[in-house]
Amino acid sequence: MLKQIMTGTALAALSVGFAAAANAQGAVSDGRIKIGVLNDRSGIYADVAGEGSAVAARMAAEEFGNAIDGAPIEIVVADHQNKADIAANVTRQWIDREQVDVIADVPNSAAALAVQEITRDKNRIFLMSGPGSSRLTGDACSPTGIHWTYDNHALAAGTARALTEEGKNTWYFITADYAFGHSLEEETTAVVKELGGQVLGSVRHPLGNSDFSSFLLQAQGSGSQVIGLANAGNDTTNAIKQANEFGITQAGQTLAGMLLFISDVNALGLNAAQGLVATTGFYWDMDEDTRAWSAKYQEKTGSKPTMVQAGVYSSVKHYLKAVQAAKTDEAKAVVSKMHELPIQDMFAKNGKILSNGRMVHDMYLARVKAPSESKGPWDYYEIVSTIPGDQAYLDAAASGCKIAQK
Amino acid sequence: MMELLGIPPQVLFGQLLLGLINGSFYALLSLGLAVIFGMLNVINFAHGAQYMLGAFAAWMLLKFAGINYWVALVLAPVLVGLIGVVLEKLMLSRLYKLDHLYGLLLTFGLALIIEGMFRHWYGVSGQPYPIPQALAGGHNLGFMFLPTYRGWVVAVSLVVCFGTWFMIERTRLGAYLRAATENPVLVQAFGINVPVMITATYGFGVALAGLAGVLAAPIYQVNPLMGSHLIIVVFAVVVIGGMGSILGAVLTGFMLGILEGFTKVFYPEASNIVIFVVMAVVLLIKPAGLFGREK
Repeated sequence: MLKQIMTGTALAALSVGFAAAANAQGAVSDGRIKIGVLNDRSGIYADVAGEGSAVAARMAAEEFGNAIDGAPIEIVVADHQNKADIAANVTRQWIDREQVDVIADVPNSAAALAVQEITRDKNRIFLMSGPGSSRLTGDACSPTGIHWTYDNHALAAGTARALTEEGKNTWYFITADYAFGHSLEEETTAVVKELGGQVLGSVRHPLGNSDFSSFLLQAQGSGSQVIGLANAGNDTTNAIKQANEFGITQAGQTLAGMLLFISDVNALGLNAAQGLVATTGFYWDMDEDTRAWSAKYQEKTGSKPTMVQAGVYSSVKHYLKAVQAAKTDEAKAVVSKMHELPIQDMFAKNGKILSNGRMVHDMYLARVKAPSESKGPWDYYEIVSTIPGDQAYLDAAASGCKIAQK
Repeated sequence: MMELLGIPPQVLFGQLLLGLINGSFYALLSLGLAVIFGMLNVINFAHGAQYMLGAFAAWMLLKFAGINYWVALVLAPVLVGLIGVVLEKLMLSRLYKLDHLYGLLLTFGLALIIEGMFRHWYGVSGQPYPIPQALAGGHNLGFMFLPTYRGWVVAVSLVVCFGTWFMIERTRLGAYLRAATENPVLVQAFGINVPVMITATYGFGVALAGLAGVLAAPIYQVNPLMGSHLIIVVFAVVVIGGMGSILGAVLTGFMLGILEGFTKVFYPEASNIVIFVVMAVVLLIKPAGLFGREK
């Protein structure tokens, strides 16, 4: 037994040595590009990200013929079960033992913050599509972390601004009690106050709550004009469904799903979801490119992509382009190429990466169609306006990210 | 305005009523568990999955066969109950001679398989199920808006809980059942078919879970994970009430629903653990549960 451990350790040490040597030469380390898609594959965010994100990553790899300069692109997947410790363990194992070069997706801000720490320490690239916390490009930013699809600041800037400017300026929050929810509530509060609105209160619920009636009743009791749902996935759909049941919108309060995915709208059905306002980074029915890509995606998965899944595709594709251009998969070199190269694909038109790791692209304010307006399956959104990237996202200097200020 | 414990009375009454509504789900589910444990000595960990099956059965009946809520309310529990009968015949019945840990492990495994399959087929976002037209809308009670459907859930739950309790504690059939659990050999000697009775009991307990699932479908999304969210809470309810005690399961179900409602007013972050705190305290003071008998 002892002997086995000794040999194992020696081999591991050797392989690390080889990897380092390969890096030093500036070629693709260990002869392959390994992408780890880490997300929730079984819990409440499995439809938002899950296997769909892995499919999206594979679609990006296929566009490169699954290889760059002879080095095969390999995609591995794992389930973090919405737990930060599991996310951290998988990340360490991937990096230390399986030579994973880049980690993609990681919805759930708590998990993403843990992965951000490790990838920063170990000099690996982290392409965030799923998480929302703005801290990922703020105080927790990393030189090798790139936040791609959306963040809480953009959601607040879109939805809260639109509603407050309509004159709905008293808010009450129903907030998921973890890093993401807290941050979304803070960001939204900031926007509401900036525009002269008022936050009357908030209530925090455990993640994965099924009954929202008590919380809705408290929100109703507050008499606010808007009830902001600072949660996501099944928490949001349950809250919306039950708000309908309790006649909350009929009584005049507006419900704002601060983070609403198209999979949520699909699950709710248009009857329950109609009229909701949401900020999104992507909608499949925007133009020719998005429709073509989404059709291909639908063939493989049976559904249209969420913004997270489309974002995984876009971020992985841009990463691979950078590897191709830099002729190495060494993290720092690839990141600087990623900053340099223009981002132009079906997901982002004229995207750019700020020095704090924020990928800035246009966001869209969408209103959910009524059943009578919808022409068929997945025809859910009417895009009300485009929020230019510079308005949607904080600039790097204001983000609180230390690397950005240097 | 008069305030009670620092909160306006209408909020307090509202939460009480909501607690009662949630309590009816707890009561209905823990009732099924208690019936199965009391009569078969099986800790039915598949109960949450069977609840989910009830909701999915209603959804499938509507979507693929156009069968409405009212018919589904009867048909779905029957279907789920039949699945229970098959499970009992094929699997559970082989385990009665063993320690009841084996039953627990088997049903737990079954629950994981069933939920895994549904998650694979239908994803986790859930499927929409509308509230039946006749029960849409609600009433303004002055202190809160009560959706008609939720009132209906409480009524159904009370009727079913009382009916089950009456059947087991007050009828001849119930007497046979109770006797069969005490001394199956003797009851068999009187010419009563005990194995059939046991199978039927399991089927009935499972059908109760299915019924709760149909009732839940219009309120929550029809979701593969809905059972696993609830099952642990329901187990806590059964333990607090006293394993196998029908009355205990029902009363504790309602009581804990209300307690949870209160917690949501005073300290919402703790609302999903308050039941377990109570469970720990009850187990320390009265290990057999509030209504359980010491063996």
